[in-house]
Amino acid sequence: MFAFLYRWLDERLHLDELIAPFKHKTVPQHRLSYWYFFGGITLFLFMIQVLTGILLLLYYRPGANEAFESVQYIMTRVQFGWLIRSIHAWAANLMIFTAFVHMFSVLFLKAYRKPRELTWVTGVILLLLVMGFGFSGYLLPWNTLAFFATKVGTEMAGQVPIVGKAMMIFLRGGPEVTGATLTRFFGFHVAVLPGLVTVLIAMHLFFVQRQGMSVPPKIEAEWIENPSARREMKFFPNFMLRELMAWYVAMGVLGALAAFFPWNLSTKADPFISAPAGIKPEWYFLFMFQTLKMIPSKVWIIDGEVLGILGCSVAGLLWLLLPFFENEKSSRSKAWVTGISIFALVYVIGMTVYGFLAQ
Amino acid sequence: MCANQAPQTDPSRRRAIEIFLGGGLLASLASFLYPVLRYFVPPAVTDLGGDEVVAAKLGELKPNSGKIFRFGSKPGLLILNSDGTFRALSATCTHLGCIVQYRPDLHEIWCACHNGIYNLNGGNVSGPPPRPLTVFDVHQRGDEIVVSRKREA
Amino acid sequence: MASLRNNSLLAVSSALLLAGFILLAPSLFAQAVNSCLDCHSALDGTLQVTPEKFSQDIHAQKGLTCVSCHGGDASNYDPDQAMSRKAGWKGKIDRKQVPQLCGSCHSNPAYMRQYNPSLRTDQLDQYHTSMHGKRLAAGDTKVAVCTDCHSVHDLRPAIDPRSPVNPVNVAKTCSRCHSDVAYMKPYGIPTDQFANYSISVHHDAMVVRGDLSAPTCTTCHGNHGALPPGVDKVQNVCANCHAFQAQMYGKSSHFKAFQEKGLPGCVVCHSNHAIHMPSDAMLGTGPTGVCMKCHAPGDHCDKARAAILTDLTQLDQSIKNADQSLRLAESAGMEVSEARLSQDQAQDSLTKARVTIHTFQTALVDADVQAGMKIAAANLKAGRDAMVERNHRRIGLGICLLAIAFMLVGLWLYIKKLES
Repeated sequence: MFAFLYRWLDERLHLDELIAPFKHKTVPQHRLSYWYFFGGITLFLFMIQVLTGILLLLYYRPGANEAFESVQYIMTRVQFGWLIRSIHAWAANLMIFTAFVHMFSVLFLKAYRKPRELTWVTGVILLLLVMGFGFSGYLLPWNTLAFFATKVGTEMAGQVPIVGKAMMIFLRGGPEVTGATLTRFFGFHVAVLPGLVTVLIAMHLFFVQRQGMSVPPKIEAEWIENPSARREMKFFPNFMLRELMAWYVAMGVLGALAAFFPWNLSTKADPFISAPAGIKPEWYFLFMFQTLKMIPSKVWIIDGEVLGILGCSVAGLLWLLLPFFENEKSSRSKAWVTGISIFALVYVIGMTVYGFLAQ
Repeated sequence: MCANQAPQTDPSRRRAIEIFLGGGLLASLASFLYPVLRYFVPPAVTDLGGDEVVAAKLGELKPNSGKIFRFGSKPGLLILNSDGTFRALSATCTHLGCIVQYRPDLHEIWCACHNGIYNLNGGNVSGPPPRPLTVFDVHQRGDEIVVSRKREA
Repeated sequence: MASLRNNSLLAVSSALLLAGFILLAPSLFAQAVNSCLDCHSALDGTLQVTPEKFSQDIHAQKGLTCVSCHGGDASNYDPDQAMSRKAGWKGKIDRKQVPQLCGSCHSNPAYMRQYNPSLRTDQLDQYHTSMHGKRLAAGDTKVAVCTDCHSVHDLRPAIDPRSPVNPVNVAKTCSRCHSDVAYMKPYGIPTDQFANYSISVHHDAMVVRGDLSAPTCTTCHGNHGALPPGVDKVQNVCANCHAFQAQMYGKSSHFKAFQEKGLPGCVVCHSNHAIHMPSDAMLGTGPTGVCMKCHAPGDHCDKARAAILTDLTQLDQSIKNADQSLRLAESAGMEVSEARLSQDQAQDSLTKARVTIHTFQTALVDADVQAGMKIAAANLKAGRDAMVERNHRRIGLGICLLAIAFMLVGLWLYIKKLES
C-alpha cells in the first residue's frame, strides 16, 4: 500500500533524489548519545502545541469580557476540552524545560563549536521565542495570577534605559495592562511568534541536516586514536524509531499529567483589586526574577532594577554569541567557556529553586 | 552458512512484532484521535453564561410573579409584571447577601432576612439595605427570555 | 523677552489678587464684630469658647451668634455693658432652662422652615415624655438635657460622623452617664448596658462593619423620648427589623406564656444588650442553652427542643458534607459551579429553619430542614458524580497508556529485529 503510493509520487516528483541524503544520514553512537533526543522531543512538543493550540482556537474568545469564560467553557462543557487545554498548558512547560535541557546538553557536549555557530545562534533565539510563547500564552485565560504576572513582567521590560518605556507600551498596547494587552498578546501568540519560530526551526533543522550530529571532543579524540571504536547508527530507520519511542513516552507523560494534575483556572482578572501577595512569574522566569529581587535598590548612583535588567540583557547577548568566544586553538578560552557553562547551569537551577522557596 | 543469506526471523517472533506494532499503532492512534474528534462536536449549550443567559421560557411565569435564575455564578430575579413586561435584577440583597424575592401583594422586592424592601427599579424603599439592586436588560428571543448585563453607554 | 515680561505680569497680578482676597476674606466669612468670642477665647476652662470651636457649630454656620441664645450686646467690649440686663443678657443658661431655650426655636415649625424644612420639631414634646424629661421636671438636674448629648458651641448635625449623636457614637454618648457607677447610684438601675452592648452582634454590625442601619441605644429606646419600651412591647421593637421572627413568635405558645408571666419577650432568650450571634447551641444543654432555664429535663418541651436541635445539626452537617465533596471535586479540576450556587440555597433553607424556631413547633422547623436536606443531598450527589467522572478520565488515561505501552513494545521488538 505504502509502496504503491511511494512509487506513484516518485514517478512524478523524483522523491528518490530528495530522500537519498536522509538514507545515508547517520547518528554517532556513544555513551552520551541519549542527549541527542532532546532536540527532537522539543520539536515534538512544539508540534503538540500547534495541534492543541489550533483546537483551542475553535472555542477560545480573546477579549477581556469573554476570555476567562471561554476557557471555563472549554474546561467544563466542551467534550475533552479539559484534556486539550491541560495538555496545552503542560506541554508548554515541558517544552521550555526540554529546550533548556537541549541547550545545556549542547553546551556541555560542546556541539556549538565551529562549524555549528549558526545552529547555536538560531537555537538561542528559538529559546527566547519559546519563552515569549510562554509569557504571551500565560495571559490568555485572563485570570488574576496571569494578569498580575503580566503587569510585573511588562513593568520590568519598561525598566530598560532609553527604549524601555516604548517597549512596555508596545507590549501592553497602552500604558496599562488592559483588554488591549490581551488582544495584542493573542496576536503575538497565534500569529507573530509561530511565524518567526517556524522560520527559525526550518533554519535550525537545515543546519543540523547539512552538518550532521556533532561528537563531543573527548569522544572524537578517542575515535581518532581507535578508529574501530567509532560507532554510527543509521538515522533512518534506526534512530528515528528510537526517537518515535521517546515521543510516545512523552505523549504518555502528557496524558498522565493532564489527568492527574489538570491545569487550574482560578478567578477572573479584576484590574481594580490590589495585587495578591507574593506574585511570582512562571518557573522559567524565576531565576531572572529572583536575581532582580536580590539586587539592592540602588547600586552607586544607578537604580538597582535598571542595572538588573541591563545585566540580564547583556548576559543574554553574550550567551547568543558564546561560540565566538571559544577559539579551538586556545585551551584557555575553552576552559573559560566550560567554566561559564557550569556556572550558568548551577546559577539557573539554584536561582530557580531559591525563587520557589522564597516567600 | 552463506554470508549472503539474509538473517531469518522466527515466524512467531515476526507475528509478535506485527501484533504489537500494528495493534499498538492502531490503538494508540485511536486513543489520540477519539478525544480530538469528540472535541470537534460543539456542546449543546453554546452560551458562555458570563454576559447573558436564558432565564426562562415564554409562558413559564404567571403574571405578577417572580423566578430565581442563575446568572454566571450569582442568582438573579426575573419578574413578570401584571402588564406583561419583564424585569430582571440581581437577587443578592445588598445588606447581608440573602436572596431576595418578589412580593406579588406589594408589587415590590422583599428580603426576608431583615425586612429590606426594593422597588421594581431596584431602588431602596425601606429597611437596612444600603444600596440598590443592579438591574439587567431583558429581551425576548423567540420563546426564550434572555437576560443580559446592561450595555455600557 | 516676551516670555519674561509675561512671567512678571503673571506674578504681579497674582500678588494683587491674593492681597485683595486676604483683605476681603474677613467680610466674607466673619459676621459683625463679636466681642463675646474675642474675650472668651482668652478665658480658661468652661468659660473658654474660641472662634475655631464656634465655627464648627451648625448654628454659627447658619448665621446665629452668642447673642441668639445668651442675649447681651456683642458689639460692646465693656463687659458690664455687654453682659447687662438692659442688653438682654441671660447669663449662663441654667440646666433646667436648656430644653425650653432650645425648644424656643426647634419646636417652632414656622421658624425652623427658614433653615431646614424637613427637620422634626417635636423633640421637646418627646423629651417631656422621656425619663430624662420627667425627672428634670421633678427637679433632678443630673439627668441629660439637650446640650449633654448634642454638645454645645460646637454642635454638629447628627449626620456628621464627629457628632456625639451620630449613630456610631450614640452608645458611647449614653454610656458617659449610664456606665458611671457612682453617678448612677441614686437611680438603682444597672450600669452594664454599654459593656454588654459592646460585645453584641448589633455593635459589631454598627461599629466594626460600619452598617449604619444596625440598632444602637436610641433605636430601641428612642432618642428624645428615651424610655425603655416596656416589658410587654419588646417584640414590637425587635419586629421592626426581625419581622418574620416576631410574627412567628406572636402566634406561638411562648408569646402568651411570657405575657402572663410578665417576661420581656425576645429578651428572655436573646438578652437585651448583650445580644450574641445566635447559634444552634442555644437549643442545647450547655452554658449557652436557653430552653432549660425554664423547662425541666425529660418533659415534652425538652424532647421537642432536642428534636429541633438534632434536625438543624443534621442539615448543617449535610451542607458541610456537600461542601466537602464539591471542594474535592474542584481541586480535582472538575466543574461544579451549578452545585455551588445551589449550596447557597441550601444554606438559605437552614437560615429559614432557624427563624422558624420562633414558632416553637417541631413540625414547621422540620419542613424547612427537609427542604434544605433535599438540596444538600443533590449537591452532594453532584460532587460525587464529578468524582466518578474524574475516575472515568483516569480509566481513559489507563487505556491510552496501555495502547502506548503496546506500541513501545512493538517498536522495541522491531528495532531489535532490524539490528540483529
